[in-house]
Amino acid sequence: MGPPDAGGHFGSFGGRFVPEALMPACLELDAAFRDAWADPDFVAEYHRTLREFGGRPTPVTYLGRLSERLGLSVYAKREDLAHTGSHKINNVVGQALLTKRMGKTRVIAETGAGQHGVATATAAARLGLACSVYMGEVDTVRQALNVFRMELLGATVVPVTSGSRTLKDAVNEALREWVTCVADTHYCIGSVMGPHPFPWMVREFQSVIGVEAANQLRDFGVTTPDFVVACVGGGSNAAGVFAGFADSSAQLIGVEAAGGSAVGLGVPGVLHGMRSLLLQDDHGQIEEAYSISAGLDYPGIGPEHAYLADQGRARYVAVGDDVVIEALQVLSELEGIIPALETAHAVAWLLRAAGDEIPAGSTVLLNLSGRGDKDVAQVRSILRGES
Amino acid sequence: MTTLDTRLRDLRTRRKALVPYFIGGLTADWTTYVSASILAGADVIEVGVPFSDPMMDGPVIQAGALRALSNNVTLESICHDLSVAAFEVPIVVMTYYNVLHHFGLERSAELLAQSGVAGVIVPDLAIEESTPWHDVATAADVATVLMVAPSSPAERVQRIGELSQGFVYAAARMAVTGRAADVGDASRVVQAVRATCDTPTYVGIGITTADHAREAATLSDGVIVGSALVQRILDGASAQELEGAISTFRRALDGASSEA
Repeated sequence: MGPPDAGGHFGSFGGRFVPEALMPACLELDAAFRDAWADPDFVAEYHRTLREFGGRPTPVTYLGRLSERLGLSVYAKREDLAHTGSHKINNVVGQALLTKRMGKTRVIAETGAGQHGVATATAAARLGLACSVYMGEVDTVRQALNVFRMELLGATVVPVTSGSRTLKDAVNEALREWVTCVADTHYCIGSVMGPHPFPWMVREFQSVIGVEAANQLRDFGVTTPDFVVACVGGGSNAAGVFAGFADSSAQLIGVEAAGGSAVGLGVPGVLHGMRSLLLQDDHGQIEEAYSISAGLDYPGIGPEHAYLADQGRARYVAVGDDVVIEALQVLSELEGIIPALETAHAVAWLLRAAGDEIPAGSTVLLNLSGRGDKDVAQVRSILRGES
Repeated sequence: MTTLDTRLRDLRTRRKALVPYFIGGLTADWTTYVSASILAGADVIEVGVPFSDPMMDGPVIQAGALRALSNNVTLESICHDLSVAAFEVPIVVMTYYNVLHHFGLERSAELLAQSGVAGVIVPDLAIEESTPWHDVATAADVATVLMVAPSSPAERVQRIGELSQGFVYAAARMAVTGRAADVGDASRVVQAVRATCDTPTYVGIGITTADHAREAATLSDGVIVGSALVQRILDGASAQELEGAISTFRRALDGASSEA
């Protein structure tokens, strides 16, 4: 997975589709990121912060009982053990350090379920940056505890009442806010989406997942796994783990939520500053995604994933809400790991594909992108038939 | 030069341009509001084609766009309405890129031209990405109006000045539509544009009162008034009441002496 072209294009996807008011900030960010990422001091500080504060490196765990059940060798990259409970910390640490390097004093972020908002608030607190998080009003109710977490961390949570009041509207509102405060504020986007350089920059900050995992698998005697599997909403954890294996023979599998399957159901379009695959109606109006998992409730996908799908380098599959809870239970009972509902999509595909699309005896790396603590109340309600 | 360029340069010799903004299909009789505004002295009409995710618009136009979309308004339905109305003043459509991208760039340009639309404003189409649209639109004699922001550095202002057709949209401030209430950085932005090109320059974003309009028009060649009018229509104003409001802006502009 190489860099995009100078305009941020991955093939025909990506680019920069933003109001002129934001173009100078996108260009400034592009230059600042290129400069920082080539600076050994910045890279060292990024890795040191992730090591001392973020809980890296996260381990790779051989999932013995699941492997036995499925007739596969399944390894999990344990992003659930990273600080704040998911891979999100990798990206926000990078962007928060970059914010300081650019001399800006404040970050804003969008969040759906609250994972990225909590991670951003965490990094902002650590680095002494002011922080405002835009969150759909619907989600502030569904994820009230995460709102409280962000407030504990000193962030301001701004409920978004426009549009569908969920993640895509939180992105719109964060972009609108960014127009007004771009001189001193960085928009810390949570996934491999948005205008260039965000999709590329976020992938680079997340590539630590794949690079670490490739080395750790060698300690298990695995040179190249047959499959690398990750869930995909915007696609940051998938982009991060794929980055470690894109040049290998591993098959890369992104698992989308059936109700938010931008690769499966989307067509090319332009939203949130990027050209990518988007769920939209016959007139180019963006449709809402539906998923049991708020983190996959996004009507698009990062442009590099659209490109990887187009090139056939990665394959994107979808699983429905119905099999996700069962997958979460299986991993919990067999391995003592309660995954996030987002991550459970990847597990669900493994359960379905084992012995079929994944031949018996294959070696699989599962990116265990987040832990399920945030979801247990919802899962309990579902299992009790309350929702 | 597009037809819009010719018409607006001619207009500049006569008076300051008043450009009210209307959301296409906001009400079933939306074109009667446009007719009323022309009677009251509007020179150019900006017609918003609603998009589900209007990144550059504040709460008023967002609310209007959602209402129009709930009435099943589309690019085609608005173009149909415009064809039927056949307004004598230039029509400039404002929409987001996905609407054109989805309908097809060439097809969109042809439809707009056939419907009598003289130009478009696509706020999320940065100049770096604009060539494919610009080419097909110019071929169809549909002008592409570009925005200059207070944050635009000199070299970008120059490039935008070279590319913008019809007029240059000078954003008075770093904000989305409808939120501000003064002329902000308009003076600086207009001067930056004038230093690089001879294209008429209109000020928009935050022009809500006749006083703002007068002040902005003194600095520039015209003003765009959006949210302030949409809010009145959302509040149930009649076409006649709107005509009154536009007349107030007209008088303010006619009283504005030009510094240029």
